[in-house]
Amino acid sequence: MSRLTATLRRFTRAALPLALPLLLTAPAAAQEPIRVGTFLAVTGPASFLGDPEQKTLEMMVDKINADGGINGRKLQLISYDSAGDAEKARTFTKRLIEQDKVDVLIGGSSTGETMAAVPLAEAAGIPFISLAGAVVIVEPTKKWVFKTPHTDRMACEKIFVDMKARGFTKAALISGSGGFDKSMRAECVKVAPNQGIQIVADETYGAADTDMTAQLTKIKGSGAQAVLNAGFGQGPAIVTRNYKQLGLTQPLYQSHGVASKEYIKLSGDAAEGVRLPAAALLVADLLPAGDPQKPVVTNYRNAYQAKYKTDVSTFGGHAYDGLMLYVNAVKAAGSTDKAKTRDAIEATKGYVGTGGVVNMSPTDHMGLDLSAFRMLEVKNGNWTLVK
Amino acid sequence: MPAAASVSDRRATAAGERRGVPARAPQLALLAAVLALLPLGFANNYFYEVAILVALNAIVCIGLNLLIGYAGQISLGHAAFYALGGYGSAIAATRWGWPVWLSLPAAVVAMGLLAWAVGRPTLRLKGHTLAMATLGLGVIVSIVLVNEDRLTGGPDGMTVPPLVVAGRALQGEPTWYAIVAVVLWLAVWLAGNLIDSPVGRALRALHGSEVAAQTLGVDSARWKLRIFVISAVFAATAGALTAHYAGFITPAKASFLHSVELVIMVVFGGMASIWGAVIGAAVLTLLPQLLTVLKDYEMMVFGAVLVATMVFFPRGIVPTLARLVAKD
Amino acid sequence: MGANWMQFVAGGLTAGAVYALVALGFSIVYHASHAINFAQGEFVMIGGMGAVSLVALGLPLWAAVPLAVAGAMLVGLLVQRLALEPAQAGGQADVVTLIIITIGVALFLRGLAQLVWDKGIHSLPAFTGSEPMHLGGATVMPQSLWVLGGSAVAVLALGWFFGRTLLGKAMRATAINPLAARLMGISTRGVMRLSFVLAAALGALGGVLTAPITLTSYDVGVMLGLKGFAAAILGGLGSFGGAVAGGLLLGLIEGLGAGFVSSAYKDVIAFVVILAVLFFLPGGLVGARGSERV
Repeated sequence: MSRLTATLRRFTRAALPLALPLLLTAPAAAQEPIRVGTFLAVTGPASFLGDPEQKTLEMMVDKINADGGINGRKLQLISYDSAGDAEKARTFTKRLIEQDKVDVLIGGSSTGETMAAVPLAEAAGIPFISLAGAVVIVEPTKKWVFKTPHTDRMACEKIFVDMKARGFTKAALISGSGGFDKSMRAECVKVAPNQGIQIVADETYGAADTDMTAQLTKIKGSGAQAVLNAGFGQGPAIVTRNYKQLGLTQPLYQSHGVASKEYIKLSGDAAEGVRLPAAALLVADLLPAGDPQKPVVTNYRNAYQAKYKTDVSTFGGHAYDGLMLYVNAVKAAGSTDKAKTRDAIEATKGYVGTGGVVNMSPTDHMGLDLSAFRMLEVKNGNWTLVK
Repeated sequence: MPAAASVSDRRATAAGERRGVPARAPQLALLAAVLALLPLGFANNYFYEVAILVALNAIVCIGLNLLIGYAGQISLGHAAFYALGGYGSAIAATRWGWPVWLSLPAAVVAMGLLAWAVGRPTLRLKGHTLAMATLGLGVIVSIVLVNEDRLTGGPDGMTVPPLVVAGRALQGEPTWYAIVAVVLWLAVWLAGNLIDSPVGRALRALHGSEVAAQTLGVDSARWKLRIFVISAVFAATAGALTAHYAGFITPAKASFLHSVELVIMVVFGGMASIWGAVIGAAVLTLLPQLLTVLKDYEMMVFGAVLVATMVFFPRGIVPTLARLVAKD
Repeated sequence: MGANWMQFVAGGLTAGAVYALVALGFSIVYHASHAINFAQGEFVMIGGMGAVSLVALGLPLWAAVPLAVAGAMLVGLLVQRLALEPAQAGGQADVVTLIIITIGVALFLRGLAQLVWDKGIHSLPAFTGSEPMHLGGATVMPQSLWVLGGSAVAVLALGWFFGRTLLGKAMRATAINPLAARLMGISTRGVMRLSFVLAAALGALGGVLTAPITLTSYDVGVMLGLKGFAAAILGGLGSFGGAVAGGLLLGLIEGLGAGFVSSAYKDVIAFVVILAVLFFLPGGLVGARGSERV
C-alpha cells in the first residue's frame, strides 16, 4: 500500500475518537430523548385499567415522535408492568428514577400502586402524574404529585345529585373488596347526607365472586329506592345480571369504573336503564357541535380504535391526558428540568382533555370539577346522555 | 421420604467435627465477605433495593426451609406471619403510638405466640390436610386484613412510619442494606447452629420417618411446634423490616399467592439446605426484575423456567448441584 | 326471609357444582399419582376461554363447547407428557417437586392464555336462553340447571367408567398397587396420562357450563383452583364421592354464609367450617378409605 494511504489510515484512526465526541456533543442535547417512565397494571386484577393505559401511551408516543417530537427531541417510553401490586410498583418506580433516570413518572393504575410511589417521587423531586382514582392522592396536595382521573368522591357526588333530582331519599350500596371499590364506598357513605340520601343497606362481595344474588336479595328487602354499585371489573357485570335475574326494579347506578362498551356487552340487556357518571370520551358522537371536548375525544377515539380494533376506555383517556399535560408543560417550560415542568403542570389552565377541562392550581392537583362528569344512561345497548 | 440433610450440610458438620472449630465458620465468613463487598458493584439505589428485597426474602425462606425441608411439614399460609409481623408493628406504631424500636420486636414476639397457639392443633394434621389447614388460615388472615379497613387501611394498605433508633430515623437504601445484611447473616448463623445441634438431628430423624423417630424418643409434636414457631418468627421479622423499609404495607403480602411464592423459593433453591433457601430467594426475586423486559411473555417464561428447573433439578438447585460436585 | 334461603341455596349450589367438578379433577389426579395438580383451575379457564374464542370465530355453540373441552383434554395430555413425566421418570421427584411443577405449568398456561386470547372478561351465550325461572321462591337462570345437570351427568359417567369398564378398573388397580398393576400388564404411564386427560375434561366442562353465568377471563383459574382444592380436601382427597360432596357443601356454605351472616366474610366462614371439619375428621368427610371408593 502506498505511504499516502497508510498515513491517511493512521490519521483517521487517530482522529476518529476525537471527532466522534465532537459530532455528538453539539447536537447531543437536542437528540437526547425525553424519558417518560411508567408503571402500569398491564396484567393482573387491574389490567382493565392498565392495558388501555399502556396501549394509549405507546400510541401517543409514536404519534408525537412521528410528528417530530417536542422541541426537536423524541420521546422515549420506558414502561414496566406492576400488575396491580404496590410493592412491585415501588421497586419499578425506584428503577425508573435511579436506573433509567426518567424525566417524569406517569402511571400507577391503582391507588395502592400510586401511594407506594408517592414518597419516592417526593423524595427524588420528579413530577408524577397518577392515573388512579382515589381522592387521597391529591388530598392533601403533594408538591410533585398530580392526577388526571376524576376522584371517586366526585363520582359519588354526581350520582347522589342525580338520585336527588329523581326524588330518591333511600339508597343501597353494594361494592367489592378491591381498593377502588372500598375507597369509593367510603366516599359515598361520607357524601350521601349532603344530598339528603340515607344509606339503608351496605353489602359487599369478593373480588372474584361470581354470584351476588345473596347480597341483592338482602337489598331487595331493605326499602332502598335506588342501588349504587361501586366497583369495577367483572363484579358489576355480574351484579347487573343478577339484578335482572332477581327482578329488581329500582334504578341501578354503576361507577365510572365500568364506563366502557365491554360492561354493556357483558351485562347484556340487563344493562338497560343503568346510569353512571363518565367522561365525555364515551359519548363523543353525542356531544353537541360546540362542545370544547368534542374534537379531542373524537380524534383520540378514532386513532385508538383504528390502531387497536377495540373500543376506547376511559382509563386509556386518563393516560392520554396525563401524557399531554406533561407534553404541554415541557413546551411551556422550554425544557425538561424537573422543577420547571412541575411548575408548568401546576399552572395548567384550560387544557381540554378526554376527561374534561383541566384547571390546576397549587391547591388543586387534579383540576377537574363536577361538570367534567356526564351522567350517562344505557338505552338499547348504547350510551346516551342524560339531560 | 429419604433423609433430609443435604450434602453441603453433612459436609459442614463433618468438617467441624474433624477440626473442632465451629463447623460453618468458613461459610459464614464467606457470606459476611460477600455481603460487605457486594455494594461495590452497585451503580445506584435500585441495586440496593433489589439486594435488600433478596435478603428479606432469604430470611423468610431460611425459616420456612427449616419447617419444610428439615421438619418435613408444609405451610401454605406462611405469608400470613410475614404480613401480620408488618401490620402488627405498623398498627402499634401508628394507632397506639408505640416507638418503632419497640413495636417491631413486639410484633415479632406476638407472631411467635400466635404460631404457638395456632400450631398446637394444626400440626397434628399431616400432608395435604396440613397444607389445606395452613392455606385456610392464611386466606382467613388475608380477608380480615382487607375488610377491617378502619384498623388496617383496607386493600390499599397503610403507611408505615420509619424505624427510629436513638432519635435517628433509619432511611435510605445503603442504611437498610446494612441492617438486613446483618439480620440475614444472623439468620444463617442461627439456622446453622440449630441444624448442627441435637435439635437438628432430631429434626432430621423426624423428617426421615416420624414413627421411627418417636420410637427413638423424639417428641415429634414438641419439635414440630418449635420449628413452626421459629419459622414464624423469621417470617414476622422479615415482614416487619420490609414494612418499615418500604414505608407501607398491603394485604397482598398475606395472600395465598405470596405464600406459594415463598414455598416455591424454598423448593426451587433446595429443601433441607440453608444455602438453598438463600439461593432460591435470590433467583426468584431477581428473575422477575430481569424478565420484565419480556413484557407480555413474562408470566409464560417464568412458568417455563420453573417447570424446567424442577424437572432437571428435582431436589432443588443447591442439593442437586452439591450432589453432582460430590460425585466428581 | 323464608323465600330468601331458597335463593341463597340456589346460588350456592350452582357455584358448588363447579367446585365439585374442579375437586373431582384434583381427586382423579391424586388418585393416580398422589400429586396435587395446581394447574387444575387453568383447565376450567381453557374450557371457558376456548369456547368463547371459537364462538367468536363463528362456530355455533353446540360445536364450540365440545371442541373447547377436547382442546383442554389435549392440553392436559401435553402437560402430563411434557412437564410431569420427565420429572417422574427420574425417580427422584418428591411430591412437593411435582406440585411446584404443576404451579409452573399453571403460570405458563395463564401467561399463554394472555397472549393467545386477551386480558379482558368474556361471556358465553346461555345454552337455552336467559329468562329467569321461578322455582320455589327463588329465581334461577336456566343455565344454572345446565350446570347442575351437566355436573350430575359427568359424575354418573365417571362412576360408570370406574366401576364398570375395564379401563376404569385398570386405573383403580394402578392407584391401589402400581407394581401389581404393571405386572398385570397395565401401563402406569398410560393411566397417569388418562387421569390427566379426564381431569382436564372435567375442569373444561365446568368452565363451559358456567361461563354464561360467571363470565370468564384468563385468570379465573386461580380462585377456582384454590376453592376446588379446598373442596377436594373437605370431601376427602382421592374420593370421588367426597369431591362432589365437598364441592356442593362449600358452595352451600358460601351462599348461606353470605345470605345470613356476612357477605364480606363468606369465604372466611367457609374456611372456618373446613378447618373445623379437618380438625375432627382429618381424612375429610368421606375419610381416608377414599382411594377405593368411586
